[in-house]
Amino acid sequence: MAEPDPRGPSGSRPAQPPAVQHLVVRYAKRGKMRFASQLDVARVFERGVRRAGLPIAYSAGYTPHPKISYTGGVPTGVASEAEYLSLALTSRQAATQVGQRLSAALPDGIDVIDVTEADPKGGPLWGGPEGSPRGSGGEGSPPGSGGPGGSPPRTSTASTWRVELPGVEPSAAARAVAGFLTLGEALVERRTDKGVRSLDARAAVVEMDVLAQRVVVTGLEDCAILRMVVLHTVPAVRPEDVLTALRQRYDLVPSAPPVTTRLAQGPLALLTQRSAS
Amino acid sequence: MPAESVYPALEPLLPRVRKPVQYVGGEVGSVTKDWDSAEVRWALCYPDAYEVGLPNQGVQILYEVLNERPGVLAERTYAVFPDLEALMREHQVPQFTVDTHRPVCAFDALGVSFATEMAYTNLLTVLDLAGIPLISAERTVAHPLVIAGGHAAFNPEPVAEFLDAVVLGDGEQAVLTITDLIRDWKRAGQPGGRDGLLLRLATIAYVPRFYDVSYHPDGRISNVTPNRQGVPSTVSKHTVMDLDAWPYPRAPIVPVAETVHERYSVEIFRGCTRGCRFCQAGMITRPVRERSITTIGEMVAGGLAASGFDEVGLLSLSSADHSEINEIAVDLADCYEGTNVGLSLPSTRVDAFNVTLANELSRNGRRSGLTFAPEGGSERMRRVINKMVTEEDLIRTVSTAYSSGWRQVKLYFMCGLPTETDDDVLAIAALARRVIAAGREASGRRDIRCTVSIGAFVPKPHTPFQWAAQCAPEVVDARLRALGGALRADRAYGKSIGFRYHDGQPGIIEGLLSRGDRRVSRVILAAWRDGARFDGWSEHFSYERWTRCAESALANDPVDVEWYTTRERDYAEVLPWDHLDAGLDRDWLWQDWQDSIAPGGAAEVEDCRWTPCYECGVCSAMGTEIQVGPTGERLDGRRLLPVVGRR
Repeated sequence: MAEPDPRGPSGSRPAQPPAVQHLVVRYAKRGKMRFASQLDVARVFERGVRRAGLPIAYSAGYTPHPKISYTGGVPTGVASEAEYLSLALTSRQAATQVGQRLSAALPDGIDVIDVTEADPKGGPLWGGPEGSPRGSGGEGSPPGSGGPGGSPPRTSTASTWRVELPGVEPSAAARAVAGFLTLGEALVERRTDKGVRSLDARAAVVEMDVLAQRVVVTGLEDCAILRMVVLHTVPAVRPEDVLTALRQRYDLVPSAPPVTTRLAQGPLALLTQRSAS
Repeated sequence: MPAESVYPALEPLLPRVRKPVQYVGGEVGSVTKDWDSAEVRWALCYPDAYEVGLPNQGVQILYEVLNERPGVLAERTYAVFPDLEALMREHQVPQFTVDTHRPVCAFDALGVSFATEMAYTNLLTVLDLAGIPLISAERTVAHPLVIAGGHAAFNPEPVAEFLDAVVLGDGEQAVLTITDLIRDWKRAGQPGGRDGLLLRLATIAYVPRFYDVSYHPDGRISNVTPNRQGVPSTVSKHTVMDLDAWPYPRAPIVPVAETVHERYSVEIFRGCTRGCRFCQAGMITRPVRERSITTIGEMVAGGLAASGFDEVGLLSLSSADHSEINEIAVDLADCYEGTNVGLSLPSTRVDAFNVTLANELSRNGRRSGLTFAPEGGSERMRRVINKMVTEEDLIRTVSTAYSSGWRQVKLYFMCGLPTETDDDVLAIAALARRVIAAGREASGRRDIRCTVSIGAFVPKPHTPFQWAAQCAPEVVDARLRALGGALRADRAYGKSIGFRYHDGQPGIIEGLLSRGDRRVSRVILAAWRDGARFDGWSEHFSYERWTRCAESALANDPVDVEWYTTRERDYAEVLPWDHLDAGLDRDWLWQDWQDSIAPGGAAEVEDCRWTPCYECGVCSAMGTEIQVGPTGERLDGRRLLPVVGRR
């Protein structure tokens, strides 16, 4: 057996191979996996890339971590069709192949939707208040950020949400939404780790409507479905804050916890119906 | 019993509880099989929180062994935290499995793994939420068979009323034998009803209700006797004799939630014959049976590929004792060099060789902390417990560790050992000072640290200390206070020494549950009705509740908590577990107990792997033998590697 290295822990650390490719993965958090926290999701991907046998790059240092960076994720309990992360790889891979291998290695409900090469001029969704990468990769600048000193040219500034409200009549929801949209301000309080915080829920809402269809979700109850486009602000206004305002001002109280899904995120102009039409 | 998923009813509750992801299942490695085509259906329960229960090796092994069998399915269930328990009661959601969210009551058998006695109240929560009557005698053919295993089940008497059957020892083969019995009984049209099945089981498992216990007027047990024809007077443990034939878990369950062990664990051998007198695991798992280096290598490669874990733990009761540990460490370190896979040896023998192994395994990783367990503070104390480590051994070991770049050494001790005095515990402070002094000298640095971790000793069944008086919690606490004071008062070294301790009160309740008899079941029931849950968690445990409930539940008996714990037993006393056979010769255990407390100093017992058999009784009683290498094989890195790119 080899003699213990007298230089101790740092002496024998081999250099990690450098990253040569960055891929952006759009993934969904669906079904039962909506109850995973952002930390849970990060653990799932770290193991998933290893199971998939992807040549993931690792950070340097005593405890190397796979270089995976995440945009701000949805809260625990909220589903999403539009979460993003980026992978740093040590050898070039075809994006579609990476998507297939990763899909096969992830648990159902953490589903890969799309894998694309990171835009060298700036990723589609890196940046913005909620969109700043929180990577475990230990690198200061996100993949695809616009070069030294530059900020990401395209940012994710808003998200589209779908909220199912069990036990709520669609017509009651429509009245509440109409009232809410006329407000100049809707202050609500949210309990956070740092105490109670006051937020203007109205200011962040760009669009909100009640989806036309009447969907029966649990049993024979009514279920109103809201769609809203909410700006990424600091501090962040979440759909739950908007629901708090609807509950407090218009008595809109679901019979069971609402089921919220992020449908999309991106630059505001691409999300609003006004721009779409 | 309908077997539909209860998830639609559970889902609306989950946003209202802490860490909901622990209840949803769907992990990589989990298995869901077709309900209707399975003839025998098991719900496997680890009666603690998911984060503690998921990594449990016993459950993972049985889960895989059962699910590999055609016509058999196994799902998992864990104790739910009190927040969800309250909501489940309010909304009438029954105990469910995390795999398919089927109600536990719909399964044929509920297998419960008891690693610790402190989970007994959680068993009652699981049964109650499942809609299974708490008392075995009140169940019908409509209810699952409740079968316990695990180390604590070697004295199941305190929970005997709640269990239908108890399996002693290794579960891999026993669980399949039981599965066949259940299948045959079902195919035959359930002859004899529930009792008919239990009678079939009684030859391979302990069926408590087929035994009557009678007591002397002073409270001691006078007799434990079978009350049916064909029921054996003693029940023996099961021993798996070829670990290579049972290479499980192969594809471990990879949790989404954070759990207490985030790694792929391979048991490199089972059993231990070091002969530490306090150690129940070392006594009840004899003899030593090694897994071969080749199988270990294959399991590591396969387990990493299947799970995506980046850490491997080489488990056993004393991992450095594997006959080819050197080859295992070198070859695995070679195989995984440069792959960012960490290897660890969570073994705690005080031995410089252990440090060399740890160095090898951490060749390209961080060297943060190493753990050793001298257990006793003074050399005299260590002789009493047959943990033959001299102070010089320890100093040499930690010096080697600090000079190889380890910054932190953790030392584990116990307080309240038989014959212990205040001085034996205070000796830990002097030892810790020497450790720091030696470490500073060896490393040439002042930022090295040592943490002293100490808890109360609890005498366990099937050990030489099964007759010993447990130390009173006040005495334990006073000694821990004095030790803490001595460590803190040290100006030269105090800041380099951390001190962690568990106070004496939970140990007394653990002692009650460890060496209790069937009368203790009333205490458990009373405490549970009073709200006891998660008693292994300091934030949930209430000593006041347990002592109050013990007082009322035992009010009409000549026994109390002290009688069960701080009272020394004599040779002739019938112990509650005497009819349960771990293979250990009772007279050998008694002699070892006497040897440990001999006035002239304790006598040493050597390890039968390296010295002639000293006839503890296990091999002759169980028809087993020591299985150790060396095999002379080596791991071929080219065959095991690469993990990356392996599909």
